[in-house]
Amino acid sequence: MHELSIAEQIVDIAREYSERENVTSVREIELEIGTLSGIEIDALTFALDVVTKQTVLEGATVTIIDVPAMARCEACGAEFLLEDYFAPCTECGEFRNTPIRGQELRVKSLIVNE
Amino acid sequence: MCDTCGCTQPDDAVTIRKPSDENAEHAHDHHHAHDHVHAHDHAHDHHHAHDHSHPHDHGHSHDHGHSHDHGHSHDHGHSHDHGHEGRSIAVETDILRKNNLMAERNRGYFEAKNILALNLVSSPGSGKTTLLERTICELRERIPIAVIEGDQQTMNDANRIREAGAPVVQVNTGNGCHLDSEMVNRAVRELQPAENSVLMIENVGNLVCPSLFDLGESQRVVIMSVTEGEDKPIKYPNMFRTSQVCIINKTDLLPHLDFDLEKAKEYALQVNHHLRFIELSVKTGEGFDAWTSWLTEQR
Repeated sequence: MHELSIAEQIVDIAREYSERENVTSVREIELEIGTLSGIEIDALTFALDVVTKQTVLEGATVTIIDVPAMARCEACGAEFLLEDYFAPCTECGEFRNTPIRGQELRVKSLIVNE
Repeated sequence: MCDTCGCTQPDDAVTIRKPSDENAEHAHDHHHAHDHVHAHDHAHDHHHAHDHSHPHDHGHSHDHGHSHDHGHSHDHGHSHDHGHEGRSIAVETDILRKNNLMAERNRGYFEAKNILALNLVSSPGSGKTTLLERTICELRERIPIAVIEGDQQTMNDANRIREAGAPVVQVNTGNGCHLDSEMVNRAVRELQPAENSVLMIENVGNLVCPSLFDLGESQRVVIMSVTEGEDKPIKYPNMFRTSQVCIINKTDLLPHLDFDLEKAKEYALQVNHHLRFIELSVKTGEGFDAWTSWLTEQR
């Protein structure tokens, strides 16, 4: 379950930014997760429950911003919403596409009490 | 949960050792270096620690569905007021940054030493280790090959590789379902692969988890065998998408199976139209020349 490694990295990042801003607890963390990022959201939230204990993230609301995948077709140049890696172009039906969005795996922000 | 390996708990017990080492190098603080509590109690009481809301009520989530301006430059480097919701600290940081940084360090080292590093990924049982044994035997006189073996447990694969005649270190990931760039960094320090050599990194047998973790390799090679379903590439698209080469192994069994080779390749190309195929049987040697010539060309 690679989501566990991912959750641990999230805690690391939250800790680093909290220390920098001198805060001891985080109310909410916003994550941007692309639909092509290879992350199972349920597994990630489960892993976060486990690894955030006794950290600045304990009890924080986890807000996940889904980033829908977009691809550009190499055959006709159309840009389209990509449901799966292997979806054909919605304009011309070709399978040669380059994802231009949807692989994000980012911590966007922390929201803290003041 | 991870269907492939079933692991659910953090585990720090990564070990890195050579077949000759009785003293395993124990991991002190590698990539799980936080002070998280361990696993004993979380199965019971974790589930309402947070409420995972979904984003649509967020005032500033942006225009899904358009491809432009995904740069987030608007709130870099400063905090802004969230009113009664508290203060927002802009982070905008890639979650995989640590792994990616270390992967780039590994890559720089490999380039400086002119080492061709290959990350071999597949499901368990596709024949990665047997492929390596034959490759070492055939190329030993011409190309120095060193191997990093990744498995959850046992020295079995490292012992096989040593018998085939190549220097090897075994990384046992404990409960971990993939190698990461820090494990490879530590393994490389142990192994000290020669200049101008080929470094084969045999990842943990798993078509899901290793796909996200850049190890610093020059190329990623995914191996499937004809005893698996031909729809593997679309079932596990991330792995096929991030690989450059696809080896289809055990072709000697094709006459006995319903496996549709062309269909498998078609699926794989739908996922990744840049993928290059090498069809071979490690057992009979059929098609093996294509693999060894490809390896030789890459150096």
